[in-house]
Amino acid sequence: MKLDPNLDTFPKLLFNRKQTTPDRPAIREKDFGIWQTWTWSQVVDEVKSLACGLAASGFRRGDKLAIIGDNRPRLYWGMAAAQSLGGIPVPLYQDSVAQEMEYVINHADIRFALVEDQEQVDKLLEISDRCPKLKYIFYDDPRGMRHYSIDNLESYDSLVQEGQKFESENPAYLEAEVNKGSTRDISVILYTSGTTGYPKGVILTYENILITVINSIDFDNLTEKEECMAYLPMAWVGDHIFSYAQSYVAGFCVSCPESGATVMHDMQEIGPTYFFSPPRIFENILTTVLVRMEDSSWIKRKMFDYFIRVSKRCGIQILQKESVGLLDRLLYLIGDILVYGPLKNTMGFSKVRIAYTAGEAIGPEIFEFFRSLGINVKQLYGQTEASVYITVQKDNDVQPDTCGIPFPGVDVRISETGEVQYKSPGVFQSYYKNPEATLETRTGDGWVFTGDAGYFDDAGHLKIIDRVKDVGRLNDGTLFAPKFLENKLKFFPQIREAVTFGDGEDHVSAFINIDLDAVSNWAERKNVAYASYQELAANPQVYEMIKNCIEQTNMDLSKDSEISGSQIKRFLILHKELDADDGELTRTRKVRRRIVLERYGSLVEALYSDVSNGHIENEVTFEDGRKGMMIADLEIQDAQVFDHMKKTG
Amino acid sequence: MDTEASQAHDTERVREFEGFILEVDGVFVNFGGVKALQDVGFSVYEGEIFSIIGPNGAGKTSMLNVISGFYKASEGTIRFEGVDRTSASPEQVARMGFARTFQNIALFKGMSTLDNIMTGRIVKVKSNFLSEALYYPARDQEVAQREFVEGIIDFLEIQSIRKTPVGKLPYGLQKRVELGRALAMEPKILLLDEPMAGMNLEEKEDMARFVLDVNDEFGTTVVLIEHDMGVVMDISDHVVVLDHGERIAYGPPDEVRTNDDVIRAYLGEH
Repeated sequence: MKLDPNLDTFPKLLFNRKQTTPDRPAIREKDFGIWQTWTWSQVVDEVKSLACGLAASGFRRGDKLAIIGDNRPRLYWGMAAAQSLGGIPVPLYQDSVAQEMEYVINHADIRFALVEDQEQVDKLLEISDRCPKLKYIFYDDPRGMRHYSIDNLESYDSLVQEGQKFESENPAYLEAEVNKGSTRDISVILYTSGTTGYPKGVILTYENILITVINSIDFDNLTEKEECMAYLPMAWVGDHIFSYAQSYVAGFCVSCPESGATVMHDMQEIGPTYFFSPPRIFENILTTVLVRMEDSSWIKRKMFDYFIRVSKRCGIQILQKESVGLLDRLLYLIGDILVYGPLKNTMGFSKVRIAYTAGEAIGPEIFEFFRSLGINVKQLYGQTEASVYITVQKDNDVQPDTCGIPFPGVDVRISETGEVQYKSPGVFQSYYKNPEATLETRTGDGWVFTGDAGYFDDAGHLKIIDRVKDVGRLNDGTLFAPKFLENKLKFFPQIREAVTFGDGEDHVSAFINIDLDAVSNWAERKNVAYASYQELAANPQVYEMIKNCIEQTNMDLSKDSEISGSQIKRFLILHKELDADDGELTRTRKVRRRIVLERYGSLVEALYSDVSNGHIENEVTFEDGRKGMMIADLEIQDAQVFDHMKKTG
Repeated sequence: MDTEASQAHDTERVREFEGFILEVDGVFVNFGGVKALQDVGFSVYEGEIFSIIGPNGAGKTSMLNVISGFYKASEGTIRFEGVDRTSASPEQVARMGFARTFQNIALFKGMSTLDNIMTGRIVKVKSNFLSEALYYPARDQEVAQREFVEGIIDFLEIQSIRKTPVGKLPYGLQKRVELGRALAMEPKILLLDEPMAGMNLEEKEDMARFVLDVNDEFGTTVVLIEHDMGVVMDISDHVVVLDHGERIAYGPPDEVRTNDDVIRAYLGEH
């Protein structure tokens, strides 16, 4: 597929659909318990009236339209309407508080806003004093709006009425405006939430998005027959690409759920073929399934357990069309009829052809659970600045811990500091009104710095390990990525928290916090007696178990030449849980490395000497706020490390 | 509740009303020797939110039961839209346009949210045995009623539990379903018996918002009973306070709040 020079903006693509696929469904929304569908031809009419309504209110080329609300057809039409007039849609996160919106609205010079309901209107009215440029607010849902009598606050319906009047008086206006659009115009400004400082407005042109989208359609063979759910925030680049851009180019139908709480149920009804979500959603689905299985009858539970074991054994191989023994193939077939099929149906995954998880690392067990059921979940590494795609896993070439290979048209390189950098047709133009940040992120010839540290494994797949600023080096120059190691350790249910050390040292060593729930459960089954957390943590059998986990991790690490040297040589199990009350964790449970180093300095020293135990005394805060001293002697053990070896099988 | 928000709310909510929809005059109710209500009287404006409050055993629920026709007043009159209806039966009262919820939730536990709310439409179904037995009339009737009920489900934001048996729902949601069933009757007066009892603060605030929205969107007159004064004072236009079956205060919330008898009834004698 190539970019058609006559269809080089979204409005042109949309209006063309009225000729090519007028009667195919374009968008659906569940309302009052029923799926309402609009065909492409109907959508074109809606967008026309809306665009003319905006024009009648004074919306002109270059004006920006803020879009705030849950995924609703009318809000998506707002994007197309703004673009038809040469304006720029700026979707905002609908759950932002008013103060957060204030910054974006002022920074993006927004004059017009199209919002979902009273809640969003109230937020905008609250900050209207401080947003002098914001003049017009249009709302979709009239509920609760009856008593508002404010100038330039208007309902969607009346805006459309004005639009129809405007259209009959100026029948040629809109077409002329659409034809003025060029592929190098700004298509959208997406504000990235940014962990530090103010959000930055990423400017993407039609060309950026369209070329990327065309490549993605070729890559995954997307057709007009796909079904897709629009349920992630409209301000997120993923939703903009998947639910808006790809739908317009490929012509498939997008379904908007009834409400945030009904997504899973609505998905079951729609049966999407194309699905994307952050790992969190997959985790939630899996948890729900497991909990419901716990509550089900004995025979169902047995069946579930048995066939899940079968799928773990051979499901992924079958999905990837690799060779599998006849017996397993047969068992898998029976399992599909009895367990996997009904399960996939409940989860809404019966028809999924391609599912993506992106945003952060997904736990390998969760990832493999879905794949072993025959659901083609793949990982994708992307950024707003890249119009999403940087690397992506190909069908039948999927590993749980990589982000796949560079996407068609994208060049990826690893800098000397280990940073992932890329260059692609999708690379953003600049940050809106922020040249300093643009210069920091993007070179003159188009390379973008991701700030992520990563490397290509021996099979050519990209692995992201950490943020560049957190990555260190061992004395022999080996990459040391603490968070990567710690996450690997934390995927074991027995390990609640881990802190690794190694920057500027000869080898890597680790503090481990056991997970009290998992380990005490194990202790009960094994008849291991203990009186306290401290005693359980010091138990030799627990040490043995944790050592096993670490050696498995080491074995895993040894498979990659880049990080084979960062295997964990020495470890100890801490006598107390790292605690936010002691400042060792943040309130969101992230380890505060500096404070841990301060408080446990003597233990770190012991890890890097050749003694076999470390002594520690420090002050702890109890739940009721009292403080006390805790003194312990902790055993330090060595774990086996493995030589780097090529992956087999 | 002396927060800035509630003050702002009070000033907003001074509303003008015309004409009474419900007038209760000199009502007595006795159970054997127990005097549940003695000479209680008040009037409810059309379109307002009216609260009956008081400590435990004050006679609040008895008052509501008299209004909804479950109890008969031994003396006194109740006028609805100016017409005396003192001796009407609960069924007649319901047909007149009264709907109520119960303190202890009286839903069909095994039925779905949707079906429970549908039962509220019974008073509105205009059909007979014959038409129900025929396919097309029955279907049209069902579609019309379902459409109305879906509107309520949307209004109360309970789409996600449409098909869930109500017995499985948490308490706060069951209360909301019960409100939905009462709304399905398209009542002129909505009687709510302790709609916020046993809820946490967030659920209370949600319920208070729905009560305000119902009153605002549909113009329904709301008469609600509450034990807890906090939220009620914020959303009511007028309040009557009962204690030991007698009326001890009556008026706008701000007057009632500062009334010495009320403070004594709630905090005890000093």
